[in-house]
Amino acid sequence: MDNEIKFSAESLELVNRIIARYPEGKQKSALLPVLHIAQAEFGGWLSTETMNYVAGLLKLEPIEVYEVATFYNMFNLAPVGQCVIEVCQTGPCMLNGAGEIIQHISKRLDIKPGETTPDGKFTLKTVECLAACGSAPVMRVGNRYHENLSTEKVDSLIEEWCKCGKSSHDNPYNE
Amino acid sequence: MGIKILTEHIDNPELKKFEVYRKTGGYTAVEKALKTMSPDGVMEEVKKSGLRGRGGAGFPTGMKWSFLDRKSEKPHYLVCNADEGEPGTFKDRYLLERNPHALIEGIILSGYALGVEDAYIYLRGEFFYILQILEKAIAEAYEKGFLGKNILGSGYSLNLYCHPGAGAYICGEETALLESLEGKRGNPRLKPPFPAVSGLYNCPTVINNVETLATIPWIVNHGGDQYAQIGVGRSTGTKLISASGHIKNPGVYELEMGFPVEEFIYSDQYCGGMKNGKPLKAVVAGGSSVPILPAGLILKTANGEPRNISYESLAEGGFETGTMLGSGGFIVMDESTCIVRNLYNFTRFYRHESCGQCSPCREGTSWMEKILYRIENGEGRMHDIDLLVDISNNIEGKTICPLGDAAAWPVASAIRHFRDEFVEHVNRKGCWFD
Ligand SMILES: Cc1cc2nc3c(=O)[nH]c(=O)nc-3n(C[C@H](O)[C@H](O)[C@H](O)COP(=O)(O)O)c2cc1C
Ligand code: SF4
Ligand code: FES
Repeated sequence: MDNEIKFSAESLELVNRIIARYPEGKQKSALLPVLHIAQAEFGGWLSTETMNYVAGLLKLEPIEVYEVATFYNMFNLAPVGQCVIEVCQTGPCMLNGAGEIIQHISKRLDIKPGETTPDGKFTLKTVECLAACGSAPVMRVGNRYHENLSTEKVDSLIEEWCKCGKSSHDNPYNE
Repeated sequence: MGIKILTEHIDNPELKKFEVYRKTGGYTAVEKALKTMSPDGVMEEVKKSGLRGRGGAGFPTGMKWSFLDRKSEKPHYLVCNADEGEPGTFKDRYLLERNPHALIEGIILSGYALGVEDAYIYLRGEFFYILQILEKAIAEAYEKGFLGKNILGSGYSLNLYCHPGAGAYICGEETALLESLEGKRGNPRLKPPFPAVSGLYNCPTVINNVETLATIPWIVNHGGDQYAQIGVGRSTGTKLISASGHIKNPGVYELEMGFPVEEFIYSDQYCGGMKNGKPLKAVVAGGSSVPILPAGLILKTANGEPRNISYESLAEGGFETGTMLGSGGFIVMDESTCIVRNLYNFTRFYRHESCGQCSPCREGTSWMEKILYRIENGEGRMHDIDLLVDISNNIEGKTICPLGDAAAWPVASAIRHFRDEFVEHVNRKGCWFD
């Protein structure tokens, strides 16, 4: 990666506002929010360079960032596609056809869960209960939930994203 | 439809705006408390209400508050648990996205009662869009003088911040949540010390669920006694039930405690009966962690009493023939459901979400997953069934946090009530459900 890892002025301001929410000396508390912002800004995943940069910003040892980044499911530790599709695979969604949805997307994009299409457009992930079991099956793409899924609905969403070149690397604080 | 404490105006899509919430009577409880009540007075009303924590454990809220070490010189914190990760539970999301000001108002009142100056909402990471709703609502509350310095000229000051998690069910466990809020891995802490003595940054801390806190404004407005008159016995008030699975009308319903389970499942006003017309087979009544019950035992207790939605009635019969209200995640399964496959799914979930600190939980969940996989896929042996029971017994009660129990109970209960189905899987060398 040749691009230097450095937040935009706008993100830096947001990061500083977030750090100020925790007591003096407790800036480590800002780690999860700041990693979300970093993941959004630097390509949808956390490279070692990105994590080192965040460690520097929060005055932490790099290891403190690595051990956290590897614990939480939302952080991608390898490059992902433009658009990361996360389908819920837990009990209540399974009862209402999540398996079929996962299979369908897998077939349509010709990738298995965990993989990225060769053109770098899509990554398919299976995730655990998204707290939307009443409108199963459900998937999350960036800052949006898509609920009551059917294979038709999934097809039209994928078509739409192909056309608009959607990125799902959303900054959680920006609409 | 019964009394609505949390959802009266919830169908108004504008309710998330300050002005609209205010017009429905919002923030009057803050005015009442800060102008006419002492912090102890608020605490007293909450004790009288009999409100019990809605995050799953059902611990009396007033009592929890009274454990806070108020004499400590250190700052005190209030943390709202909005991590909602228990499979089958989606009621906090419903409140957060539609009625965020009720939560904020509840936090102000609770913070006042507890003498807290800084409060955090720990929000499940996947809820990016709710983070935006909350940030907006919190900003409005500051702007209108309900948060920040010297609220309504009362001398009481409170800061409130929202903090996103990053995808880890274990961070719903209160001490893992605190670790996570401190920017660490979500490894639960050994207790004692309890958070009331040493919580966030080792300071006295109260942690409450979204639904618990959102109930406080009603209690302050109407008084604890009036709240205690709603419901049944020691299950006072109303409960949000998240209904999912094979039913016609899945969704979130506010029910007065004591509402009959049978009416809830079959009435058109609620779940509307089974979606595909197939008979009811089983229900997991309190989120994936609680024991599963077959149709006969969820509708009636072993003594033939109709079951109702309350802590006591659902627990009637203990773990032999009863279950728990838990977080109120009501997962309904019809006859087409394979109990083994469903259990495999849940067990895989717990294996995935185990933080790995305790060997019984880390190794046990992983073994149970493997064994269930082989039973479901035709490689099971007859003694695997008792082996599963044995492993679950070796997890239960032997771990740092209750995730171990949460993984063990579904296994033990599924085998207790549906042993024949496991035996049949072994005999037929696999699954016959499609
Ligand atoms: C594994 C595990 C996950 C939990 N997840 C949640 C959760 O998502 N939300 C919640 O409010 N409580 C959850 N709890 C319960 C909390 O530890 C805690 O009891 C609760 O937040 C206290 O609030 P209450 O007294 O208002 O119920 C969980 C507990 C365990 C053991
Ligand atoms: S019981 Fe499981 S989740 Fe809880 S602390 Fe132990 S290993 Fe971690
Ligand atoms: S099981 Fe899929 S959202 Fe809960």
